[in-house]
Amino acid sequence: MTIKSPPRLAIDGDAVLKEAAGRIRQPERRNFLRRSLTLGGLAMLTGCTLVDDRSVQAALTRISRMNDEVQGWLFDPNRLAPTYPESMITRPFPFNAYYSEAEVRSVEESGYRLEVTGLVADKRKWALPELRAMPQIDQVTRHICVEGWSAIGKWGGVSFAGFLRHVGADLSAKYVGFKCADDYFTSIDMPTALHPQTILALTYDGQPLPPKYGFPMKLRMPTKLGYKNPKHIQAIFVTNTYPGGYWEDQGYNWFGGS
Amino acid sequence: METSKQLIHPGWLRAMHWLNAIAVIVLMTSGWRIYNATSFLGFSIPNGITLGGWLGGAIQWHFAAMWILFINGLLYLAFNLATGRLLRKFFPLSPRALLSDLLAALKGKLAHADPRQYNMVQRLAYLFVMLDSVLLVLSGLVLWKSVQFPLLRELLGGYEGARLVHFFAMAALAAFVAVHLVMVALVPRTLLYMVRGR
Repeated sequence: MTIKSPPRLAIDGDAVLKEAAGRIRQPERRNFLRRSLTLGGLAMLTGCTLVDDRSVQAALTRISRMNDEVQGWLFDPNRLAPTYPESMITRPFPFNAYYSEAEVRSVEESGYRLEVTGLVADKRKWALPELRAMPQIDQVTRHICVEGWSAIGKWGGVSFAGFLRHVGADLSAKYVGFKCADDYFTSIDMPTALHPQTILALTYDGQPLPPKYGFPMKLRMPTKLGYKNPKHIQAIFVTNTYPGGYWEDQGYNWFGGS
Repeated sequence: METSKQLIHPGWLRAMHWLNAIAVIVLMTSGWRIYNATSFLGFSIPNGITLGGWLGGAIQWHFAAMWILFINGLLYLAFNLATGRLLRKFFPLSPRALLSDLLAALKGKLAHADPRQYNMVQRLAYLFVMLDSVLLVLSGLVLWKSVQFPLLRELLGGYEGARLVHFFAMAALAAFVAVHLVMVALVPRTLLYMVRGR
């Protein structure tokens, strides 16, 4: 799976900050180590034994992994995220991705087949009509972005717990991974995959999921932040090997739970 | 002066004070970078004074330092209560004394003859910062885990309400820190006391 390089923006400070408010991500990831040691950071390091970028980064990563464990303990599989009346749906619902709206992928419906692999009994592929034929549930829930903003939306689709059971997934496995048509990828913990509000979303606001919101399907989890909710899903796999994720591999927290 | 022979701040207090200062600086500067991802209050904080380099880095620092604030803060409260220091140093409170101390301070006449005694302005300021820190932690919990802490979430006005509480509680803390640093600069021996204890 190739990781697409994000588009490089010219760094005009004011313009970048304005765009950040418009929810376009800044591309300085590769400079993270250099820039993370600002004046404040350096002051922290004086007198400490951690004196180089690498060990600071290693420590921060270790703490993020520890936070994954803590979040696993805090996660209550029976606690539901709040739901809202349709009148509170954010209109328009924001678009967000690691690329601009002009670069949204179009997936052709007739040729589309969802691949299901890994620790599952039934590895056949799924066409959209088959998924639409399964019982559908919907939800009006709050989407929370790691950037801090939130928006209320309505998604409908197949219960993911029901789907996993249907394909005979090993429910004692640790991870469910996703690969997406826009080269995005992520993975989640099994308890969240089985949460009653985790759905394979096929519709947004009662209509088939439009391309900008993730056609043909998105994993909608109101118990996790937006970057954990993959769009344009092409393949789902169940595994005990840590699959990582597009943002997680760059330093965002893996559990990403709300 | 008798005071140089007597311990003003015990070792545990001094250690916790400085640990807290580090945690607050890391949380604030990384928090500003996180805020800048939306700048939702209509302005941005100059990236040069923020920590983390980018949103992902700022979040890593923020969610590391929060543990220091939380654990150190709990220990601080526990030690203060167990040793009786909280009651001795910060109570009783008196509105009348507050007014006169405040007026004296504004005239530049508030004495610090006995550093073991907190004047009424100090008592209120330090109690305020303790409560403000608790509010920061609670609103932080809602921002982090709005689904898992429903009661807190509703008390703070939902997820979006908690964002405002978290920011304004931070602003209040920043204001406290600014005044606190000015006060230390005006009475520099208090810095010695917080380092050496006497």
